[in-house]
Amino acid sequence: MRKLDVQAIEDIALGASLLGAGGGGDPYIGKLMALQAVKKYGEVTLIDVEEVPDDALIVPTAMMGAPTVLVEKIANGGEFKRAFEKLEKYYGKKIYATMPIEAGGVNSMIPLAVAAQMGVPIIDVDGMGRAFPELQMVTFHLQGVHSSPMAITDEKGNVAILETISNKWSEDIARAMTVAQGGSVMVSIYPMTGKQLKQCGIRNIMSYSQEIGKAIRESNKYDIPPVKQLLDKIQGFEIFKGKIVDVLRETRAGFNFGTVKLDGVEEYKGDTCEVGFQNENLIAKRGDRVLVTTPDLICITDLENITPVTTDGLKYGRRVLVIGLKCDTQWRTEKGIETVGPRYFGYDVDYIPLEERMKGVK
Amino acid sequence: MIYRLGVDVGGTNTDAVIIDDNFKLIESIKMPTTEDVSTGILQAIHSVLEQAQIDKSQIKYAMLGTTQCTNAIVERKKLCKVGIIRIGSPATHSIEPMVDWPEDLRKTVSENYYIVKGGYEFDGREIIALDEEEIRSVARDMKGKVEAIAISCVFSHIRSEHEERVAKIVKEELGDIPVSLSHEVASMGLLERENATILNSALMNVAQTVTEGFKQGLLKEGIENAEIYLCQNDGTLMSVEYTKRFPILTVACGPTNSIRGASFLSKMKNAIVLDIGGTTTDIGVIVNAFPRESSQAAEVGGARTNFRMPDILAIGLGGGTIIRENAGQIKVGPDSVGYKITEKALVFGGDTLTATDIAVRLGMSEIGDATKVSHIDKFFAEKVMDKMMELIEEGIDKMKLSSEPVPVVLVGGGGIIVRDGLKAVSEVIRPDNFPVANAIGSAISQVSGTFEKLFTLDSITRDEAIKQAKEEAANIAVKAGADPESIEIVEIEDVPLAYHPGNATKIKVKAAGNLAV
Repeated sequence: MRKLDVQAIEDIALGASLLGAGGGGDPYIGKLMALQAVKKYGEVTLIDVEEVPDDALIVPTAMMGAPTVLVEKIANGGEFKRAFEKLEKYYGKKIYATMPIEAGGVNSMIPLAVAAQMGVPIIDVDGMGRAFPELQMVTFHLQGVHSSPMAITDEKGNVAILETISNKWSEDIARAMTVAQGGSVMVSIYPMTGKQLKQCGIRNIMSYSQEIGKAIRESNKYDIPPVKQLLDKIQGFEIFKGKIVDVLRETRAGFNFGTVKLDGVEEYKGDTCEVGFQNENLIAKRGDRVLVTTPDLICITDLENITPVTTDGLKYGRRVLVIGLKCDTQWRTEKGIETVGPRYFGYDVDYIPLEERMKGVK
Repeated sequence: MIYRLGVDVGGTNTDAVIIDDNFKLIESIKMPTTEDVSTGILQAIHSVLEQAQIDKSQIKYAMLGTTQCTNAIVERKKLCKVGIIRIGSPATHSIEPMVDWPEDLRKTVSENYYIVKGGYEFDGREIIALDEEEIRSVARDMKGKVEAIAISCVFSHIRSEHEERVAKIVKEELGDIPVSLSHEVASMGLLERENATILNSALMNVAQTVTEGFKQGLLKEGIENAEIYLCQNDGTLMSVEYTKRFPILTVACGPTNSIRGASFLSKMKNAIVLDIGGTTTDIGVIVNAFPRESSQAAEVGGARTNFRMPDILAIGLGGGTIIRENAGQIKVGPDSVGYKITEKALVFGGDTLTATDIAVRLGMSEIGDATKVSHIDKFFAEKVMDKMMELIEEGIDKMKLSSEPVPVVLVGGGGIIVRDGLKAVSEVIRPDNFPVANAIGSAISQVSGTFEKLFTLDSITRDEAIKQAKEEAANIAVKAGADPESIEIVEIEDVPLAYHPGNATKIKVKAAGNLAV
C-alpha cells in the first residue's frame, strides 16, 4: 500500500502513453482529471492485488469512445458517483476498490480520478497490460469473467446498467450507446471479486507504468544514451530507428487502418520498416520480415527525447524509435491469440512471440 | 514607385527596412531594442526614413512584427483581467479552467470563471440548451471586475452559435467590452483552445497600445497613406482591426519573419534557417517557403495552447553570448550581454568576453575595434569557436528530417559568429542583407486564412468536405485582406477520428495570397 503523489501520477501518465502502443489516446486529459480530483478529495492509495480480500467487490472504471471527443467534451466528474451508487444498489454490496481496465492512454488515469473522488483504493493491476480497442479484449474475458453488469453513464446524468449474454454483446450495445450519448461515456465494467482478480489480472502494471515514466523523464540526466537506458529499464527490444516517409490512413468500420513507413537512420540506414496500425500499432516489419505482432507491444517514441508517439502523432519527417515489448503471458494462450492476435485484426500472419521472432535478428 | 516599410522587433535589435514594389531592398537599419519596445520601433522608423530619402507619401504599406504581446504574457504585465465563460455544463466540470496554469499568471489574468449550460456534441447536437438567465446573471456577477471576456464552448468548431449568442448577451449586460470567442482563436481541444482564448482576451489593452503606437509613430514621421499590418506567427499578415481582435496571433511572429525573410532572400523553398540574434539562435525549417508548423502543444507563458506556432528550436548562443574560462574549461553562455553588446563586448570597449569578440579575433568579422581583442590567445579562440559550432551543429541535427546534408540559410545580426564548414550541412548560404531578414520577412508577407472542422462523412464525401474547407479557408484569407486572384492552398491536413464508428474526420486547410492592392 502506498500513496500516489502528483509526481507519481505524472510518471504513470507518461508511462501509460508508451504502454498505449500507439493508441489509448493522450493521457493528458485524464491526468488533469486525476490531478483535479486529488486536489479536491485528497491523495489516492495504491494497493497490491494480494492486499485485496477474496470476497471484495472490485469495479474497473474507464472511458469508452473516442479520446478525440473527450479532449473536447470533458467529463463532468460526477459520472462514477452515480454509477457506483447504482451498482452498489444492484449488488447490495459496497465497492471495495477500483482499477484500470487498460494500462495505456487516457484509461490509465480515469480510475485515479475515481479513486480520489470515491475515497476507495486503486489496485496495481489491469486487464490488458497495454491498450486495446474493444471491450472483450481483456484477460478477464479469457478467464470467463463477465463484463456485465456494466454501468454506462454520461455527463448529462443518464445511467444504464446492462446485463448481456456475452462480452461481445456488451461491446456492441455499449458502442451503440456511446455514439447516441455523444461519442464518449464513462463505464464501470467487469465487476469481479478479489479472488477472480487474483486469477486474471495483470499485476503491478501501474508500478511498471510509473517506472517507465520515470525512466523517460530522467533519460536526459545521465551519460548513457536515452534509448539504451529506456530499453534496459523496460527490457524492450529495439526494432528500428527511422524517419517517417509515409503515413497512409483510411477508416473502415469505425477503426483507423493505417500504415507508417520508415526509412532507416543511424545503424539502420538503407533499411526500411513498416508498422501497421488500427487504433494501436499491431504489426511491425523490417524489410519483408515480420518482427512483432499483436498482442506483443509495438511502441513508437521520438528518437531524440524518447517521448511516446501515438498513431495520431505520426507525421512525415519525424524521427522515431520502434520498440517491441513482450505482452503478458495470458495473451499468449490459444484464447488470447484468438481474441487479440494478428488474425483478429485482419492481418494474415501467425502469432509468434517477439523474442522468438527476434532470434538471429541483428 | 510604391514602397513598403517593414519593422521587426527582436530581443536585442529592432530592425526596419524599406523595399519597393519589386521587392528590392532600398534601405535598412538596425537599432537596439529599448526596454519599452515602442521607443525602439519609433527610432528605427525615424532612422530608416532619414537614410532612405524617399517620398513618404508613396509608402503604402507598413508592417510590424513585434514582441510586445509575448513580453506582456511572459512578464505578466499590462494584462487585462479576464472573465471566463465556458459553455458546456454539465460536461467539463472535471477539469476547471486554468487548472494547470502557473499560479502567478492565473492570479494576474483571472479569478472569475464560470461553467454554464450549453455546448455541442461532435455531430452538432446540443448537449443541452443555453440558459439565457444563467448567462445574464454570470455577466452581472462579473460587472466591474473584468476588462475583457473569453468565451469557450464544447465543440464550438462544429457549431459556433452558442459562443456567439453568449457574446451577445454579455455585451447587452456589460456594454462594449472586448470579447474573444474560442472558435475564432484556436483549434480542437477545449482546454488548449480555451487557454489561447483567455490569453487573447488578456492582451486586449496591449493590442490597443501596440497598434495605436505604431500608427501614431508613422503619422509623426509623415507616413499618412500607409495600410498598416501586423505579422502573425504563421508567416502571414493581419490588419490592425484583426490584430485588435486576435493579438495572441502575434506571439512568436519574430522567428517566423526570419524564416520567411531567409526564404525570400536565399530563394530557397526548403532549407534550415539559423536566425542568430544577440542572445539566442532560433533554428527553424522552411517548407515550401513557409515555416514548418510545430506539432506539439505550445506553451505560452506556461499555459498550454494549441494555436499554430512555428516549429523553432532556440539554443542559447548569439552574438552577445558570454564566454568564460574556468580552470581550463571553456563555458559558452547560456547568458548573454543582450542588447548591451555595444557597451559590454571587448571590441566595443567593454569588459566582457563575448562570442562576437571571438569571431573578430579569428578574423571572421570586422566589427568594432580588432586591436581590443588581439591579446586573446588564438588557440583559445579556436577552441571556443569549435565549441560554439558544436552547439549549432547539434541544433541543426535536431531539426533535420534525415541525416542527409541540408542547405542552411544564415540570417540575423549575430550571423558573423558562424564559421563555414558546418557538419552535415550541404552549403551555408549567407544572403545579402542577412542581418535584416526578419524585417524583410515582415515586409514581403502574404495574407492567409485557416479553416478547421470535424466532418461527418455520411452526408458528404471526403472530396466534397475538403473542397468546402478549401473554399472556407480562401474566404477567410480574402476577409483578412488577400487578393482573391492570388490565393493558393498551402496546407491540407486530414485526420480521421479514432475509436468512433461512422466516418468522422478532422480537416484543416490553410490558404494564403498576396495583399490586395
